[in-house]
Amino acid sequence: MIALGIEGTAWNLSIGVVDENRVILVEDRPYIPKEGGIHPREASQHHAEVIGELIRSVFSKIPPQKIDLVAFSQGPGLGPCLRIVATAARALSLKLNIPLIGVNHCHAHVEIGRWMCGVSDPVVLYVSGGNSQIISKKGGRYRVFGETLDIGIGNALDKLARYMGLQHPGGPKIEKLAKNGRKYLKLPYVVKGMDFSFSGLVTASQKLYDRGERKEDIAYSFQETAFSMLAEVSERAMAYLEKDDLLLVGGVGANKRLKEMLKIMCEDREGNFYAPPTEFMGDNGAMIAYTGLKLFLKGRETSIDESFVKPDYRIEEVEL
Amino acid sequence: MLGFMKVKRYIGGEAEVIISEVVEKIRKPKRYRIPEIDEELRKKRTRSEVRIMAMARKVGVATPIVLDVEGDKIIMERIEGEAVKNVMDEEVARKIGEAVAKLHRAGIVHGDLTPMNMIYNNGKLYFVDFGLAFHTHDIEAKGVDIHVFFESLKASFENWEKLKDAFIEGYSCYERAKEVLERVKEIEERGRYIDRSKYEVNR
Repeated sequence: MIALGIEGTAWNLSIGVVDENRVILVEDRPYIPKEGGIHPREASQHHAEVIGELIRSVFSKIPPQKIDLVAFSQGPGLGPCLRIVATAARALSLKLNIPLIGVNHCHAHVEIGRWMCGVSDPVVLYVSGGNSQIISKKGGRYRVFGETLDIGIGNALDKLARYMGLQHPGGPKIEKLAKNGRKYLKLPYVVKGMDFSFSGLVTASQKLYDRGERKEDIAYSFQETAFSMLAEVSERAMAYLEKDDLLLVGGVGANKRLKEMLKIMCEDREGNFYAPPTEFMGDNGAMIAYTGLKLFLKGRETSIDESFVKPDYRIEEVEL
Repeated sequence: MLGFMKVKRYIGGEAEVIISEVVEKIRKPKRYRIPEIDEELRKKRTRSEVRIMAMARKVGVATPIVLDVEGDKIIMERIEGEAVKNVMDEEVARKIGEAVAKLHRAGIVHGDLTPMNMIYNNGKLYFVDFGLAFHTHDIEAKGVDIHVFFESLKASFENWEKLKDAFIEGYSCYERAKEVLERVKEIEERGRYIDRSKYEVNR
């Protein structure tokens, strides 16, 4: 069976095509803000402008008659962006007369990670722009055991980068700067049980910048503090749930220092650390296609009536 | 005699616990963290745990007595008795409620209230792990504290509803019990475990 998936919850509009065994293709049309961060309306206008061309481009490589079902990211995400994606998916489903399947974006990150790494029941650290969560399966459902009490880690990195005059996306720029950091500047470390918070860390880092500290040292101190917090809550969840496998997913998972810390943490508790290839960590259409395919094989389908967007869709609500 | 004593070792998320004739709780260095962060954190948390245990005893909640603190290590008295998990009944649940009332009145939020962290000995209830405890008068934090306890009852006991009622009976001696218990209901309803989106926009 061949599934086509459309992702577009935030900045990246992406279509992926998969079958049960492999990713056949992925094509992206990312929205890159000219200045500042992601503006929901501008992002959705971008998606609306390029989605027709993106679909044509995909169909020039794989004929539409070969597609057996269409999946789309139903939420969580930016409302205006979600609506573009849902509209395109409904149109394809009706036009090609194939089933429609709404997919939870977070669930898709977890599923593609599990698929690519061949790991069955891990603790998942999901880190992206808007989301930062510790997820694991319990009682036949995914549950969130810990999460950010304010902003996502990617968002925090972007905010700091922008403050220091760097362009979106901030994460890779902060990572590059941090490599040349030499001095650790003290920053607030906020972990409450399995929850954590980043906004105080951003504010304190911005103050360091105002005080004239080197960008490199600030980036280094920020990464060390924020990633230590994430590694700590991941470890706590592994101990609490008595699970030995940790899976890292989400766009911020591309960061090498974060991966290194998690790997060391797992080694020291004789656990295993997994991360899918970088191109499948960030938002991509293949994860939506794969998760849609999996759900369809379990008999799920989304009627047009039920295909409304869910900007606040939580992974706990997903029926597995 | 000591030679025959079984030494048990537990590796938790944060600390390692070694149980012999005494209990040693060690916050070992974490290799993934740079020493500048790691050392300060371990010392700070160890000091805070010891302080909160002393506070708890002062307000009449039994905890192991701390024998010694060395940097990141706490050596405390070993409490004999049954894990509460194995002896739980309505009487015990009521006592837990009374003890949590005392903690909350003093502004101590335990942070990990489960029957695993309590020992019962001849009618006396001990709280043995304050590793995640902190000090606050925030109603939400106290609500979450109790919510965690109710969840653990649900997970472990068939008669959890009766145990919950007994706990509430014990807890109700706290002046702000009503307020906290109402918040617990709210937390359950909004539940991160069900659907928080209805209550928090733009997450």
